[in-house]
Amino acid sequence: MNQNPNKHLTFTINGEKLVFGGLSPTMTLLEFLRGSGRVGTKEGCGDGDCGACTVAIIGESSNGVPCFQAVNSCLIPLGAIAGREIVTVEGIGNGKPHPVQTAMIETAGSQCGYCTPGFVMSMFAAYYDGKITDAAIEGNLCRCTGYLPIRRAAERLIKIEDQFSEKLNVTNLELESFVYETNRQNFYRPTRLKEVLDLLEQFPEAVLVAGATDLGLEFSWHTKEFPILISTENVAELKTLIQTEEFVEIGAAVSLSRIEEKLKGVFLGLDEMLHWFAARQIKNRATVGGNIGTASPIGDLPPVLLSLDAELKLASANGERTILLADFFKGYRETDLRAGEIIVSVKLSKLISADSARRIQQSYKVGKRGTDDISIVAAAFAIDLNRENRIVKARLAYGGVAAIPARARVVEDWLIGKTWNLETVRDAKEQLKNAFTPLTDVRGSADYRKLLTANLFEKFFVEMEAIR
Amino acid sequence: MSKAGQPISHESAAHHVSGRAVYTDDQRQPAGMLSLYPVLAPHARAKILAIDVSAAFEIPGVVTILTAGDIPGENDTGTIIHDEPLIPTAEISYWGQAVVWVVAETEDAAREAAKRVVVEYEPLAPVLTIKESIEKDSFLTIPTIMKRGEPENAPAEYWLAGEVEMNGQDHFYLETQTSWALPDSEGNYQVYSSTQHPTETQIIVGRVLGIPGNRINVTVLRMGGAFGGKESQANPYAAIVALAAHKTGRPARVRLRRHEDMILTGKRHGFLARYKAGFNRNGKLISLLCELFADGGWSLDLSPPVLSRAMVHLDNAYYIPHIEVLGRIARTNKTSNTAFRGFGGPQGMIVIEDIIDRIARTLNLPPEVVRERNFYHGAGETNTTPYGQEIFDNRIERVWSEVKSNANFSERKMEIVEFNRSNFHKKRGLAITPVKFGISFNKTVYNQAGALLLIYTDGSILLNHGGTEMGQGLHTKMLQVAARTLGVSLEKIRMSPTAVDKVPNTSATAASSGSDLNGQAVKDACEQIKARLTPVAAKMLDIGAAGDFVFENDWIYSRDYPSDRVSFTDAVKEAYQQRISLMATGYYRTPNIHWDVKTNTGRPFYYFAYGAAVSEVEVDGFTGTFRLRQVDIVNDVGESLNPLIDLGQIEGGFVQGMGWLTMEEVVWDDEGRLRTFSPSTYKIPTVGEIPEKFNVSLLERAPQNGVIYGSKAVGEPPLMLAISVREAIRAAIAAFGERVEYVPLSLPATPEAILMSIERIKNESPTPKPPAPVRADELEMVTQNDGILSPVG
Repeated sequence: MNQNPNKHLTFTINGEKLVFGGLSPTMTLLEFLRGSGRVGTKEGCGDGDCGACTVAIIGESSNGVPCFQAVNSCLIPLGAIAGREIVTVEGIGNGKPHPVQTAMIETAGSQCGYCTPGFVMSMFAAYYDGKITDAAIEGNLCRCTGYLPIRRAAERLIKIEDQFSEKLNVTNLELESFVYETNRQNFYRPTRLKEVLDLLEQFPEAVLVAGATDLGLEFSWHTKEFPILISTENVAELKTLIQTEEFVEIGAAVSLSRIEEKLKGVFLGLDEMLHWFAARQIKNRATVGGNIGTASPIGDLPPVLLSLDAELKLASANGERTILLADFFKGYRETDLRAGEIIVSVKLSKLISADSARRIQQSYKVGKRGTDDISIVAAAFAIDLNRENRIVKARLAYGGVAAIPARARVVEDWLIGKTWNLETVRDAKEQLKNAFTPLTDVRGSADYRKLLTANLFEKFFVEMEAIR
Repeated sequence: MSKAGQPISHESAAHHVSGRAVYTDDQRQPAGMLSLYPVLAPHARAKILAIDVSAAFEIPGVVTILTAGDIPGENDTGTIIHDEPLIPTAEISYWGQAVVWVVAETEDAAREAAKRVVVEYEPLAPVLTIKESIEKDSFLTIPTIMKRGEPENAPAEYWLAGEVEMNGQDHFYLETQTSWALPDSEGNYQVYSSTQHPTETQIIVGRVLGIPGNRINVTVLRMGGAFGGKESQANPYAAIVALAAHKTGRPARVRLRRHEDMILTGKRHGFLARYKAGFNRNGKLISLLCELFADGGWSLDLSPPVLSRAMVHLDNAYYIPHIEVLGRIARTNKTSNTAFRGFGGPQGMIVIEDIIDRIARTLNLPPEVVRERNFYHGAGETNTTPYGQEIFDNRIERVWSEVKSNANFSERKMEIVEFNRSNFHKKRGLAITPVKFGISFNKTVYNQAGALLLIYTDGSILLNHGGTEMGQGLHTKMLQVAARTLGVSLEKIRMSPTAVDKVPNTSATAASSGSDLNGQAVKDACEQIKARLTPVAAKMLDIGAAGDFVFENDWIYSRDYPSDRVSFTDAVKEAYQQRISLMATGYYRTPNIHWDVKTNTGRPFYYFAYGAAVSEVEVDGFTGTFRLRQVDIVNDVGESLNPLIDLGQIEGGFVQGMGWLTMEEVVWDDEGRLRTFSPSTYKIPTVGEIPEKFNVSLLERAPQNGVIYGSKAVGEPPLMLAISVREAIRAAIAAFGERVEYVPLSLPATPEAILMSIERIKNESPTPKPPAPVRADELEMVTQNDGILSPVG
C-alpha cells in the first residue's frame, strides 16, 4: 500500500490539471469551484436536492468504460476527486456552444438562468449516454419554466461524436491508493479491502465515506469535523457485482446507477424501487453499502432487500461473517456492525422456496412528490405460492413505519398456508393496520402511514392479479 | 431582425447556458470583501435578555459583530409601516429571526463565529395559526369590508356555509437572497442587490444609514428567480450589508444559504375563509358572505395589498349579485408573509371555486355548467365587479369555449365516466376552471414607469428602464419594443442593468405590470428620439420633414419617397454634428384608474387578463397519489410581445401553482418552528410530475387597446389556471363515492389529504338528503363544513 502521505491534491477541471496544498479534503467541490472564480456552477440548496451545482465527472459506466456522470458538486469532498477529471458548464462550449446549450437556447429552456448550468450539465452527461430522458433531469429543480421547454430541448438532441466522446476513449480510470494529509485532516482512498481493515484498526475513530451523498451534507453544512476519513469508493473487492444462475452479490461500493443497469429485469421490486430512488446525480454516487449502513428507517433499498431475504457479508481485520439483513438493524440508526467492521457485499438469492411454484414480488414508495422524494412509507412484498395458489412464504417489508426498516413478521407467519385471494389480503390488511406504531412527522401522519401499510398490500395483490 | 411580436429566446439565454450570466454574488469581488452570517433565534417568541459575543471573536478572521447600536439611522426595514426592526433589540417575533450578524473576512469564519454567539432568552407564548389569532384577537389591521347589495337578505333558495383553509408557499427561487455593498470614503454606497424593487431598497438603506437617497446607488444585474419573494424581502439583506460597509469602511456581502433563506423569509400568505353562500336551484349564485383572514406573520410587510387583491378576486369570473367580504390580517409569530405571484388573487379564487364545485354537487349539476351559468356577462350590472368596475373587455366566454373545444372536454368527460365505472381502485377526474385577473397595482401611485435611452455616435444604443429582470423576459421584451419603435435591429441595442442612478423612483417589478409600464416608457423615449431624428433625416434626404417618416430595418425614409433612404446610424451621426441631443427619458403613467381604499370601490384595474384550463388526473385509491394526465390551456395575452416568452410564463406559472396546490406543504410545529426549510422536506414539482400532454394556446386576434403594442400582462394569471388540477382531483375523489354532495380537500392536496378525503367519502352515506331550503339568518358562519344545507343549532 502506498503509505506515502501526499501533501497535495491533484485533479483536472475542464482539461486543466490543478495541484493544491492545504485545502481541506472535506471542502466540497462546489465550494472550491466558486471560491476559485468558477462561478458558472451555482449553489441552489447545498443539500444535493436541486441539481443547480451539477457537474460531470468522468467515471466508470456499468460496462466498465469511462463515461460522464452527473453529480452534485455540493456533496462531493475534494478528497474524493483526487486524480479525477471534472467538466463544468464553463468547459463545454469552448469556441462554439455545445449542442445541449444550443437546444436550451432555442427552446427557451432558461428563464432566470440560475438552474440552467446544472440542467446543461445533467443533459451533457446524458447526451453521451445516447438519450436524454426525464430521468436524467429529475434531479434538477427549475422554478421558472415548468420543465416543458427543457424537455423539448432534450427531445431534439441526437448524439454526435465529438471531442468529449473522444476524451472518454482516452481516459484511464485506474486510480492508485491515495493518502492526503493536512494539519487537521487525513483522507485515505485505498484500493484493497485489507488496506481498509488495517486502517480501521489503526484509526478506530475513522469515518467511512463512499459516494458521500449522505455524509456530504455534513461537509456542505459544516456541521462536524472529520479528522480521519476512509473512502471505500475505489476498493476493488467492494466494487464487484457477481451474477450467477442462483444469486447476485453486490459489492458495498457499487453505485445505484450501476445496479439499476446491470440487474434490470432480475428483481421486479428492485427495478421499481430504483426507479423512484433519488435522482440521477445521487444514484451515480450513492452505494448499496451506504444505503444499508446509515440504517435510516426511511432508506429506500432496505425494504426491497428485506423482502428478498438479503444476506450481508461483513469483514474486519479479524475475519468475515455473514448475517441476514433482517438481523442487521438493531435500533434507530443502530446496526450489528462491530468496531472495525464494514459491509463488504449484499447477496440476493434468485431461487424461490423449494416447495413453491412461483414468486410474485413488487415494491412501492409513497412520498409527497412522486419523484425524488423521501418516502412516507416504502413497502416491498415477495410471496411464494405453490401450485394450489397457497402461500408458502411471505415477506412484507416496510420503511417509514418503525425506527428501523422492518418486516411485518406476525402477518407473514399468519399468511403461511392461506390461499392467495382477496379475502386473505383483506384479512391481512386489518392486521397490517396495527402491525406498526409509526410516528407523525412533516412527511405524513401516523394514521396515514398505518393506512398505507395496509393499503399497499392490497394494491400489490390487485396489480399482480391484473398482470396475470 | 427580431422585434416586438417575434418568438425570440431570452436575451441572456446564451449567457445562462454557458454559466457566463453574472448574478449578484457571482461578480468579481473587490479586495477586502467581508462576509456576513446571521445568528438565528431558537424561539418563535421570546424576550432577549442578554447577548454575549465574546467567544465569537476567538475565531480568526472575525472583524465585527453588528448590533442595533451600530445603526446610525432608523432600525427599521418596514415598507408600508415601520414595524420591522432590522436587528431586534427587545423581542424575538418568529423562529429563526436573525438576532445578531457576524462580519468576518470569510464566510467560513463568519459562520463558525455565529455558532459561538450566546444569546439568553425568556420564551413567551407564541400565536401560531389564524384561528389562534382570532381567538386571542391578535391582528395587524382592523377589518376592511367590500360590499354590494343586501347579502344577508338576498332572495336565495338555498344556503350553505363552510370554510376553506389554505397553506402558504415558499418561493424557492433558485438564487437565495443576496446583496453586497461597496462604500467609498466620501460617504456614498454602491449596493448590488437581488431585489425586485431597487428604489425601495435604496430608500431603506438610506433610512437605516440615516443618509439621503442620492448617496446610494442600487444596481440589479438579474435575479435567479424572485416570484414576489424579492419585492420587499430583499431589503433587509441590502440594509445589513450596507450597515456592515458603513461600520467597517469595507465592502461586505451576504448570501443566505438555502436553509436560512427558507427560515428567514416570508412566504405566500396562508388564508382562512369562512363563508355563507346563497344560490338558486339552477346553480346561480345569489349571495356570498365571506370572511377572509390572511396570515400576515410577525410584521405587516405587503399584507394589506395582498389581502385587498384576495378580496377583489374572490369573484374570479363570476357575477355575484349580493356580496359582502370582510378582510383582516392576523398577526402570528411566523415569518412575515409577502408577495408571491398572484399576490392574494389565487387565495381568493380558490375559495369561490371550492364553493361553486360544492354548489354543483349539492344540486347534482356538472360543475362546469354551474361555472358557466355564473359567468360575468352582458353589459352593466351583470358585467360589473363587486367593487364597481365594469368589465368592458370580457373575454371569459371566448377562452372558455376555445379551451373546452381544444381539450375535447365533453367527449373526454364521458370517457372518464366509463373509466370510473370499470375501475374500482383508480378514478379519473376532469375539470375546467377560468381565470380573470385584474392588471395594475391596486395602489395607483405604483402605476408609473421611466426609461432612459442613450444613443452613441456609432449608432449603438444603450437602454435602461425601471423594471428588473428575474427570468420573466422583461429585458427581452423591452429590447423588442425599442427595436420595433426605432426600426433598428436588436443587435444595435444593449440593455444595461437596472440602477436607480439611471432611472429613479422605480416601482417594484411586480403585479405582472413590468412590460405594460416599462414598455410604454421605453416607447415614449424612442418616440422622442425619432421625433428628433426625423428632421435630420429629412434634411439629409432633401425632403420636407412634414411627411410620414418610417423607421424600419435600420433605415429611415419617407413613405412618399420610399427609395430614398438614410441609415439610422448616419442619421445619428448627423444629429450629433447638428448638436441634437441623443438621449431621452421616457415616462408613462397608466390612465383612468382609481381606488378608494376606505370603501373598497373604484376602477383599480386598467384591464383584465383571462385564461381557462382543463386538467385531467388519475387518483390512486390505495395511496392517494395522483398523476396529472393532460392539461389544456387557452390564455389571453393580447397581441403577444413574444410568444416564446409568454408560453414559458404560462407553463411555468401553471406548474408553480400546481406545486402550491398539490405538494408544497409548509409545516410549522407546535412551538412555531418551521420544519420544512430545505428541498428534502419541501417539495416543488420536478419534470416527473409534468404530463406529456400539455397544450397551451394563446388567444388569437386579441389585441388589447391602450397597452404596449396590443399585448397583455402574463406574469401572474397563469398560476391560477392550476386550480383546475385541484378541481380535477376533487372530481376524481367524488368518483369514489356514490352521489357526493361535497368534496372537502385540504390544501395542499398531498397524497395524504387525498386519501383521507377518499376514505371520508367512502364512509359517507350514499343517499343524500334532499336539499332543504333555509333562510340566511338561520345559518351561522360555521367553523367546519358540516352545516350543509341545514340550519345550524
